[in-house]
Amino acid sequence: MFRRWCIAFVGFVFLGVAANAAQGQNPFAGDAKAAKLGEYQFRINCAMCHGLGARGGGRGPDLTRAVKKHTHSDADMFQVITNGIAGTAMPANGTNGQGVGMTDEEIWQIITYIHSQEVKAPTQPLGNAAHGKTLFYGDANCSLCHMVEGKGGRLGPELTGVGGSRTRDAIIDSVRNPSRRLAWGLTESMKEFPQEYESVTVVTADGKRIKGVTLNEDNFSVQIMDMNEQIHLLDKNKLLSFQKTRESAMPKYGTDTLSDKELEDIMAYLTSVGAK
Amino acid sequence: MRERRACGRFAIGVFACGLIASTLAHAQVTFERLVNSAKEPQNWMTYSGDYSGKRFSGLDQVNITNARTLVAKWVYQTGATGKLEATPLVVDGILYATAQDDRAFALDARTGRPIWMYQRQIPSDIRPCCGHVNRGLAILGGKVFMGTLDAHVVALDAKTGAVVWDVIATDYRTGNSFTVAPLAVKGLIVIGISGGEYGVRGFIDAYDADTGERKWRFYTVPGPGEPGHETWEGDSWKVGGAPAWNTGTYDPVTNQIFWPTGNPAPSNRGEGRAGDNLYSNSLLALNADTGKMSWYFQFTKHDEHDWDATQIPVMIDAGGRHLIAQADRNGYFYVLDRSTGKLISANAYGKTTWSDTKDAEGRPVANKEASPTLEGRTVCPGALGTTNWFSPTYDPQTALFYVTARDQCDIFSTAPQPYEAGHAYYGSAYFPSEEAKPYHGFLKAIDPATGQVKWKFEHTSPTWSGVLSTAGGLVFSGDAEGNFIAFDAEAGKPLWHFQMGSAVYAAPMAFAVDGKEYVAIAAGSALYAFGLP
Repeated sequence: MFRRWCIAFVGFVFLGVAANAAQGQNPFAGDAKAAKLGEYQFRINCAMCHGLGARGGGRGPDLTRAVKKHTHSDADMFQVITNGIAGTAMPANGTNGQGVGMTDEEIWQIITYIHSQEVKAPTQPLGNAAHGKTLFYGDANCSLCHMVEGKGGRLGPELTGVGGSRTRDAIIDSVRNPSRRLAWGLTESMKEFPQEYESVTVVTADGKRIKGVTLNEDNFSVQIMDMNEQIHLLDKNKLLSFQKTRESAMPKYGTDTLSDKELEDIMAYLTSVGAK
Repeated sequence: MRERRACGRFAIGVFACGLIASTLAHAQVTFERLVNSAKEPQNWMTYSGDYSGKRFSGLDQVNITNARTLVAKWVYQTGATGKLEATPLVVDGILYATAQDDRAFALDARTGRPIWMYQRQIPSDIRPCCGHVNRGLAILGGKVFMGTLDAHVVALDAKTGAVVWDVIATDYRTGNSFTVAPLAVKGLIVIGISGGEYGVRGFIDAYDADTGERKWRFYTVPGPGEPGHETWEGDSWKVGGAPAWNTGTYDPVTNQIFWPTGNPAPSNRGEGRAGDNLYSNSLLALNADTGKMSWYFQFTKHDEHDWDATQIPVMIDAGGRHLIAQADRNGYFYVLDRSTGKLISANAYGKTTWSDTKDAEGRPVANKEASPTLEGRTVCPGALGTTNWFSPTYDPQTALFYVTARDQCDIFSTAPQPYEAGHAYYGSAYFPSEEAKPYHGFLKAIDPATGQVKWKFEHTSPTWSGVLSTAGGLVFSGDAEGNFIAFDAEAGKPLWHFQMGSAVYAAPMAFAVDGKEYVAIAAGSALYAFGLP
């Protein structure tokens, strides 16, 4: 609300800025034909991460949620699509180097399409966030490897934002089926593929066995975090053995170890944190 | 001319004057020098190093016995964002290259210190498909030549970088651009257009190197009344694509230019353009003087997977035959007779699922099930292809063809789009397949005689680096993690590497100055030169 007040006030005082705000208005708002064109543009430009139907692809957030973390208006959405979001995998329009960028008109069509797909979130979360938090830091052992708001382990991905950026289905799948799609780790500028959370076991020249996850890797070196969160910097040609597997270091949580209800509670916790 | 007068005026000793005169004479790159480039391996005067496209350097000072001692000699930062994709030229100690946003520059090739810089003022509304990239220059006489993102061809004074002429090839606002390094042939500058993502009508142009006057244009999509026009449905030819965005090669014996073409538009949707869609995804043999086509070979007919055939066509002479080989984006390695364009062999060199049969000529034919659908179908290779634009190399010493390759399958899903001038015109979307690890990247050594892969080196992840071979028994390439690597050309074992700090989207080349060999490659936004300590 404060934000809206600010914009209104500034717009009132500075006519030039008011003109810019007018530019921030979606010329196709509610236009079904534009939404259809936007659907094609979305498939081509956005669906790789945000999934077909904008429901999230395991990589990018579910955009069918009416409340979005980084955008509060069409103008915000236009800004985010145009410039990307610093510090996230969301690129600026036309900068991923592999395709044509979108025209302003096409961006507005995409925004119109996204709105056409939005569903209202349930007013009450399905789970109990407080109990989810207890499980996360307690019996479910999530925090042994995952950090949320500065507390927890370092071996797995940091999860503070995950509830706000990943779809419910993607989070459930990564708990029930952690090896099916490994989480992305370090993303380097200009490198096509991010590092993934692959599991690795090496034997060093002095016979020491190290088990952990790859923080990064190239043809000649590997950076590993072991199960005790120690970082090992190794040259591959000096290792007696180097074995990498796409079997996640995270145990597979079946319903016998974590019931659907318990998982729902953890989801509610992560969602409550991620929405902040 | 001016230099000789200077010699006379200052009455420098006869010996010294002779030396200066000979150096200056060498500064002019003639067509004869380009034809005989093998005689001066210290220079790299065309995009692929010579007219044959081999990207092979005759230098052997850096070799399998000392490659492990290579060190970085200098680094030049272009100061631009995005990918530096250029291969530099080196002539008589001066390095010439382009960079992102249509920059060009000349450096002291020994030190990397700039001599001149050119920065084009590009319009703000250009929308090239794949970054503000440029892959390099051509050199002829006292000028260097570049194509620009706003579809101009520009000649720069090789000594100053000053614009000598600047001509408009076509309208950039409909999606046309130049990213390719031109090829200087005789007195002409040959160049092909980019824009297959926008439904341009592709062409290859030749400009008079002295004046910039256009001497010929070959439209890669034939117009009404021209042979091949019948391979397009209705008016689809008008926006048929078939761009020509990678540098061709030239056979001085037959005076033929071999230039490859890209995808028909829309790239991933065949509906509305029924037919073979000539001359998309083809290799064209054009008369260098007239641009008249003597033969064509189409690698992928009626393409629906964005498999541009814009890979470097490499001339190979073996067993008394005059061949041309291309590792195609569609996953097959083709060998043709370059006198006739007749197919000799086509063998898969990576993971392919799109073809189970070959036609009477031996060309792989697409399965019906490979066509994209609304729900999506998994096809290998994916849209980026088994290889892409990055240069391969052919080493005459090992008789092997080296190419950067990837195994990656994509789900191709149609997304019908109307054509609108200057807007993206793909007609589909693609996603990595559902495999747990959907990509693998390699450097592969192919025996052109058999089409078999003799060795392969698996990279940590797929790279966009080209490959160089040298008389020192080495093959050089870069990886996506930023390493520049020297391999033993016979065995495929890495002998040396250097971490350049950013992914490679360029091809290496080699040159020598003052008797010292250098190997150069771009990574990130910088150009690196390596040599012996």
